[in-house]
Amino acid sequence: MKLLVPVKRVIDYNVKARVKADQSGVDLANVKMSMNPFCEIAVEEAIRQKEKGTATEVVVVSIGPVQAQETLRTALAMGADRALLVQTDQDLEPLAVAKVLQAVIAEEGPELVLMGKQAIDGDNNATGQMLSTLLGWPQATFAFKLEIEGGKAKVTREVDGGLQTLEVTLPAVVTADLRLNEPRYASLPNIMKAKKKTLDVRELASYGVDTTPRLKVLKVSEPAGRKGGIKVETAADLVDKLKTEAGVL
Amino acid sequence: MAVLVIADHDNALVRETTHKTVTAALKISPDVDILVAGQGAKGAADQAAKISGVRKVLLAESDALGQGIAEAFEALVTPLMANYDAVLTPATSQGKNLSPRIAAKLDVSQISDVIEVVDAKTFVRPIYAGNALETVQSADAKQVLTVRPTVFQPAGEGGSATVESIDAGPGAAKTEFVSQELVKSERPELSGAKIVVSGGRAMGSAEEFQRVIEPLADKLGAAIGASRAAVDAGYAPGDSQVGQTGKVVAPELYVAIGISGAIQHLAGMKDSKVIVAINKDGDAPIFQVADYGLVADYKTAIPELMDALAKIGK
Repeated sequence: MKLLVPVKRVIDYNVKARVKADQSGVDLANVKMSMNPFCEIAVEEAIRQKEKGTATEVVVVSIGPVQAQETLRTALAMGADRALLVQTDQDLEPLAVAKVLQAVIAEEGPELVLMGKQAIDGDNNATGQMLSTLLGWPQATFAFKLEIEGGKAKVTREVDGGLQTLEVTLPAVVTADLRLNEPRYASLPNIMKAKKKTLDVRELASYGVDTTPRLKVLKVSEPAGRKGGIKVETAADLVDKLKTEAGVL
Repeated sequence: MAVLVIADHDNALVRETTHKTVTAALKISPDVDILVAGQGAKGAADQAAKISGVRKVLLAESDALGQGIAEAFEALVTPLMANYDAVLTPATSQGKNLSPRIAAKLDVSQISDVIEVVDAKTFVRPIYAGNALETVQSADAKQVLTVRPTVFQPAGEGGSATVESIDAGPGAAKTEFVSQELVKSERPELSGAKIVVSGGRAMGSAEEFQRVIEPLADKLGAAIGASRAAVDAGYAPGDSQVGQTGKVVAPELYVAIGISGAIQHLAGMKDSKVIVAINKDGDAPIFQVADYGLVADYKTAIPELMDALAKIGK
C-alpha cells in the first residue's frame, strides 16, 4: 500500500512571527524555516506504518518554493522513499492546495493520505478535510491513534471532551494531531542516504489547476499587546488583589 | 441574504458557543437560522429557538449526525446552502472537522477562526499563533466561516423562532462509528468556563498535577487546563490543552501554575480578562502577559493560596 504525505515548509515552531511595518504580511526574510510540526508527525506515522509492514511506499509531496526541497529532504532522511516538489512562489490557500493534491493523487494513486491537521503559519486547519471532500474519500481528522487492517483504517480522534474512534474504508484522508507519535530525528547516515533518494520537481502550472486566490488580504496587523502587570509578594496579596482590585473572585 | 449557524450542542442543550456564533452571524445579516443536527436533539432545537434574533431553527436527526460524522454534515448542509449566503460554525473541534468540507463542496474558501466581522465579506482572523491578525476580503459568492467563540458576546434569550424538521440527508457510507470515550466531569467545560486553572510541566507527574490543580479548581469552581508540555508528558488529558493547536479560552480569570508561557500557549489564553501566573522562574515569559505574578514554587504557593481563599469564604 502506498502512502502519500503532504508536507509544508513554515516558520520554525520556536520563532515568533513579526508583522511587517507596511502591514502587507509577516516578515519571513532571514527567519528560520522548518517542516510544519504536524506534517512531521504525519511523516513519522507513515514511516512507522511502513516499518510495521502495512505500507510499502511512502511518498512525500510539498507545494512551495524551491527551498521546500530542504523540507522534503528532511522527510526523506526520516525514512520516506521518494519526494515530489510542486514548485511555485505563490502562497496557496487551503482550497487550492487541496486541488493540487487531488491532481497529484490522480497520478500517484495512494491508498491513504496522511497529513498534518493544520499548518502553524495560516492556522487554517482545513486542507485535509477539503481534500477528502474533493476526492470523495472518507476523512478521519485529529488522529491520536491509527491502525490499518483489511482495507480499513481505524482512527482514534481527539475531540472536544475526549476521544472518538471511527473506522473508515480506504482510500481515505487522515490528519495527524499532536499526540499521534513523537517524530524521530534523522541520523547522519540517513541524511546522507536521503541525498541519493529521488526528488522530482514539477512546475505548479503543469497540473492545470486553477489556484486563483479567493481571498484578498487587506492587511496584516499586530494584535493589541498585553502588558505585564505587577508582581505580588504572597498568595494572600494575590487573593486580596483579585478580590478588591480585579473583582474576579 | 440569510445566514445559517450550525449549532454546537449535546442534543439536550445548545452550548454557549452557539449563542456567540449567532452574535457573529447577526453582524452579517438580520436573517439568521440555526441548524441543530444530531439525534434526539429536539431539546436542543427548542432551546435554540429561544435565542434572540433567530428567525428559524432547522432540526435534522440521524445516527450519523448524532455521532458527529463530518461527511453526514456536509451532505446535509451543502444543499441547504441554496438558501443562504453564509454558514457559520463555532471553531470547536467538531466545527473544524466539518466546516471545510462544506467550503470544498461549494468551491469556496473557508475563513477559519473569525474574530471580527468587518462587513459581510470582510473578516479578521488570527494567523501565526495569534502573533498576527489578517484582514481578508472574500471574492467568493458564499461565505463559509468558523468563528472563534471567545471573542463574541453571547446572543441573549427571549426569541420565539419556529422549529422545522428537515430531512437528515444520506449520511456517510464509508465511515463507521466505533466508540466514543468522553470524560465525565462535574467541572465547567474548558472553552466556556469563567475561571480556568492550568498546570504545566513543573508538576512533574499526573498524580502531582491532580493533587495540586484539582483542589484549587474545585475551590474556584474552575475548569482545568494544561500546557502542551504537561499534556505531552501525560499529566493531563489531550482535550485540556490550551494553546495554538488546542483550546482557545478567554475566561474572566486564568491561573497559570508552573507554566513558562511558550508563544503557542499564550495564543490560547492571552485574551483572558485577568491572568495570574505562579512560577518560580521570575523570568518566565508568562509574566509578560500576567496581570498578577507570584514568583514562587507552586509547592508552597498553592497551599498558601488555598488558605487565603478559605479566609475569604471560598
